[in-house]
Amino acid sequence: MGEASYREMWEKLDLDLSAHDALLEVLGKFYGDIYMSQQGRLQGMEYLDFVLSEVHGLRIKELQDAKAEGRKIVGTFCVFVPEELTLAAEAVHVGLCSGADAGTEQAEKLVPRNTCALIKSFIGFKLAKLCPYTESCDLIVGETTCDGKKKAYEAFAEHAPMYVMEVPQQKRDADRALFKAEVLRYKDEMEKLTGKTITAETLKKSIKTVNDRRRVLQRLSKLRSANPAPISGRDALLINQVGFYDDPIRFTGAINALCDQIEQRIAAGEGVAPANTPRLLLAGCPMAVPNWKLPYVVESAGAVIVGEESCIGERNTRDLVDESGETLDDMIDAIVDRYMRIDCACFTPNEERTDNVVSMAKAQHADGVIQYSLMFCQPYEHESIKVGKTLESEEIPALSISTDYSMEDVEQLKTRVEAFVEMLK
Amino acid sequence: MIAGIDIGSRSIELVCLEDGHITLTRRLPTTFDPRSQLLKLIDGLQLDAIAATGYGRTLASQVLSDSGERVVETLTEIKAYGLGVSALVPEARTVVDIGGQDTKAILLNEKGRVLKFEMNDRCAAGTGKFLEHVANVFQIAIDEFGQYALQGTEELTINSMCTVFAETEATSLMAQGHSPHNIALGLHASIVKRTVNMIQRVGMKAPLVFAGGVANNPCIVALLAKALGEQPVIPDNPDMVGAYGATLHSASQGI
Ligand code: SF4
Ligand code: SF4
Repeated sequence: MGEASYREMWEKLDLDLSAHDALLEVLGKFYGDIYMSQQGRLQGMEYLDFVLSEVHGLRIKELQDAKAEGRKIVGTFCVFVPEELTLAAEAVHVGLCSGADAGTEQAEKLVPRNTCALIKSFIGFKLAKLCPYTESCDLIVGETTCDGKKKAYEAFAEHAPMYVMEVPQQKRDADRALFKAEVLRYKDEMEKLTGKTITAETLKKSIKTVNDRRRVLQRLSKLRSANPAPISGRDALLINQVGFYDDPIRFTGAINALCDQIEQRIAAGEGVAPANTPRLLLAGCPMAVPNWKLPYVVESAGAVIVGEESCIGERNTRDLVDESGETLDDMIDAIVDRYMRIDCACFTPNEERTDNVVSMAKAQHADGVIQYSLMFCQPYEHESIKVGKTLESEEIPALSISTDYSMEDVEQLKTRVEAFVEMLK
Repeated sequence: MIAGIDIGSRSIELVCLEDGHITLTRRLPTTFDPRSQLLKLIDGLQLDAIAATGYGRTLASQVLSDSGERVVETLTEIKAYGLGVSALVPEARTVVDIGGQDTKAILLNEKGRVLKFEMNDRCAAGTGKFLEHVANVFQIAIDEFGQYALQGTEELTINSMCTVFAETEATSLMAQGHSPHNIALGLHASIVKRTVNMIQRVGMKAPLVFAGGVANNPCIVALLAKALGEQPVIPDNPDMVGAYGATLHSASQGI
């Protein structure tokens, strides 16, 4: 597959080719600086490097081929959308990244300026015709997890085929019932979209597929608790990010192979950084591709990130769907139970998340926690105060950072993060 | 001889240490050519080790190692101020530094280790730059601006923290016939309000040491003392504290 046929494909998707070229160039350079410059990387990362280099090429080609075979593409922004049902209806499920500062000015025509960078980014990517994933989608599924997104989807619906599912904000019985109704509604929507009936058999299989991917990411997470840290936080983040759009079965295989290598490393007492390097946990908002700013700053400051308490990380992989159900209804219930355990900051109350941050910091032997939130993100900015107090009482050093995708605060970020790392040494 | 350099947005300070004693200090404006200013600053010196702090620390480390100096360690201003202050005032528990473009509040433990810190993000509201800018608008030398503001009798409220909008606000107060001394006092008060917030956020413990260039401004010092209900300790040459801290860091690394 050559560059030329990709261009033809991008043209068909109606991307703005020159803006897209510029984006790929920046992305490539960014990737080179942040990833390829790392020392002592694992061989298995070549798979990720390849996948990422083909993020707008080969993977999009696969999506187009799937479409040609009559399969549908479903895009999502949140881990609340039950991927098991998408896959059981034989559609392809992709996470839309929205981790870059693109098309912001255009986005600000649809949403207020004080909207988080993630929302502006997915709107910006669409309006600026930059994202081949967004353009490939037959349906984009939104959720009501925060007011910013909720309102943004109304505006977005005028530009893209949108479906919104309701996520409750409490966890009482009535909320569970509401969410179950929404899961069933989503099932109907998938069946309508694809013309395929979801059966106990297809659902059982897709539950297994998605669980397997969660299991391999859990395996990776456990391995990262080793000292010295066997893999950089940047690489681990990238793995979690790629997990959102790569083919799940292929991805699971590749990461399992990578984990085998990591085990060998650990057995040999090797790591990406010396044993006494300060270890940090990142907690908070999701970090979509290519939002690598903070991890890069942190690891350049002489620390190593050993875990992500985030939707692109542990929140997405911590819980499995129970696999014992045999009837469709049992399986739907198992899905509802699993998703209602997600500790997104949109819930109130949300003590689980605080507990999870603390227990993850301990499990990963972290020396400190960096709380990360996107500016204007009410749920996570609020929680950073609450979680910060708990961390203080647990005597776990913590630093809160609120930022966006722009580079204007990089110097201040460096000073803060470096000072935090100095504090831990 | 061991050196510490603090390369800030406004000035570069150098402190040299021999057998544990400060034997030399130098200072130059940063200008738009920090590279040559830096080289000018160490010109003619035989240095065994250097540590650099301040927002230009990485640049300093590059420039100096390119020019053949012994390896240059870098450390943040937070750590440098912590080290410098606790050497000068061992009982200090809180440090505030109003610098050229950042303000920091630092909480220290009994041993002088940094426990917690706060720092402004992004804009330079309420920092030395802000003062410099408004002093310019008043056409008063920055060194005299504090004394000038102290002559104010009524503390006017300036609501905007943004350098540009605060100027607009000051201009409109002038147009309303308020005395320039009172307006200047109000501008100082707005910085102090912001700084006090930050000091409280780290959970201030006494004694508080006020370091950094703005500690030379008597009006800020007076207003800070009033707001906190106690006199901050001001070391001699408060603007040298960062560079001194860097020197101590360098010394502790061994040569
Ligand atoms: S943080 Fe909440 S809203 Fe965002 S992806 Fe995660 S679960 Fe969804
Ligand atoms: S980052 Fe916060 S504000 Fe933005 S979409 Fe997610 S929950 Fe909403």
